[in-house]
Amino acid sequence: MTTGPDTRRDGADARHRGASVGSSDVKQWFIREVLPLEAALMQFFQRNWRNQSDIYDLRQEVYLRVYRAAQDELPERPKQFVFATARNLLVDRVRHEQVVPIEAVADLEALEATSDAPWPDQVAEARDELRHLQAALDRLPPQARQVVVLARIEGLSRKEIADRMGIAETTVANYLARGIQTLVDIALGETPNTRRGS
Amino acid sequence: MTEQALVPAADATEQAAQWLARRMIGPWTEADQAELDQWLGESLANEVAFVRMEAGWDRTERLSALRDPGFGSQRSAAPARPRYWGVRAAAALFLLSAAGIGWALLPSTSKPESFSTPVGGHKAITLTDGTQIELNTNTLIRTEFRSSRRQVALIKGEAYFQVRHDANRPFVVLAAGHRVIDLGTKFLVRNDAGQLRVSLIEGKAELQSASQDIQQHSVVLTPGDVAVASASSLNVARMPNKELHDELGWRRGVIVFSHTTLAQAAAEFNRYNETKIVIADEAARDRVIGATLPAHDVEAFADVAREIFGLKIQKRDGEIVITR
Repeated sequence: MTTGPDTRRDGADARHRGASVGSSDVKQWFIREVLPLEAALMQFFQRNWRNQSDIYDLRQEVYLRVYRAAQDELPERPKQFVFATARNLLVDRVRHEQVVPIEAVADLEALEATSDAPWPDQVAEARDELRHLQAALDRLPPQARQVVVLARIEGLSRKEIADRMGIAETTVANYLARGIQTLVDIALGETPNTRRGS
Repeated sequence: MTEQALVPAADATEQAAQWLARRMIGPWTEADQAELDQWLGESLANEVAFVRMEAGWDRTERLSALRDPGFGSQRSAAPARPRYWGVRAAAALFLLSAAGIGWALLPSTSKPESFSTPVGGHKAITLTDGTQIELNTNTLIRTEFRSSRRQVALIKGEAYFQVRHDANRPFVVLAAGHRVIDLGTKFLVRNDAGQLRVSLIEGKAELQSASQDIQQHSVVLTPGDVAVASASSLNVARMPNKELHDELGWRRGVIVFSHTTLAQAAAEFNRYNETKIVIADEAARDRVIGATLPAHDVEAFADVAREIFGLKIQKRDGEIVITR
């Protein structure tokens, strides 16, 4: 897939968006309805797509399509809409790129069950959540972890962190960006208890 | 061909994280914001990546905001959270605490809460973000923590703030129609019947006025600055370190007077005590004193008046009247 035309179209969308739905409404809807589905969505891609290195890209493409559609009209059934979009995307990829045998998406029909993924909302699940996110933090490289802690917990500035750790200010920003990206991936995409009874 | 060119989504995701990092640790100027806005406008992919990254980070932010070393302490007036007590020890591991669950449903990190002191009261509070607030006598504040900002309304009285700075989540004090925005700070705010006084002890803060009558709407305060603002005026003066220190005497339980008239001193004392000092003699009102007195010791004040100025003391119910 080439990116040029897409990017230009996106730009136009961004400038002329909101024909029917206000941009702030779309954003709130997306945060409220779509992002909590990320763990289930990632699970769906992991099961149905062989090349695991593609799945972050697939995720963003689904989000982009969903977001764009929501600018015209907020889908009434977000979960169904997200997973239908995901499935269509995989089908498109298989057809156009012919990189994956068709069997890879053979169990797409079984998707509806997967998509029924409640967001954990019980206090009882809080401990799992806590352990999970602590483990996420532990997974960061030591220096990135330290930068995250100093920036978030200590509230230190870029320069203060750089001075304290004896590294360059640009390095501080890079570590922090990497830390944010990793923690967000884990917090949204790998949250435990996203499936009832699992 | 670079990898970025082939994987635009990953690129946008990475850049979104970089923007967040930049904004978080600063410096963050209007020019930076304009640059971010431009990047967001460049493609919907950028916007979507940023919305996701911000909301996702916000989620871990909420979790960390519940990290809570202060709540267990004796001096804290903050309400306990018994439902989560079991995980408090684990939360000390710093970053992430429980109870951020159902995040998409929660409009804010915590419900608004009020804290108050009676006349003569003194209370220290540690908020969930580590910010410490000390309430002086006869004070009422209301805290409201949202994911994007921390807000405290000083409804009446005086409070000393030691703010845990977070560039990503500004700390704002609302009082008497003005706003004090933390830029990494320790400061004292007093709301005396609509008259606002902000003393900057350490760091930096911005004072913004909501009033249209004031030409200068905003001023950045640095250590030693004392701003006095009313509905129609905003003045900033520089105060020597010692006087700033004296202003915080109440934190140690004392009131420090230096070159203070007896009338002013009495008014200050009366903030802390139900027994009010009345100076009935006009000439005595302008006598100047310098003393450090326990805030709750009305008798000590009377002694000073009697022994140093040779004034007469009359005790009535609820009053100490000073005459010549």
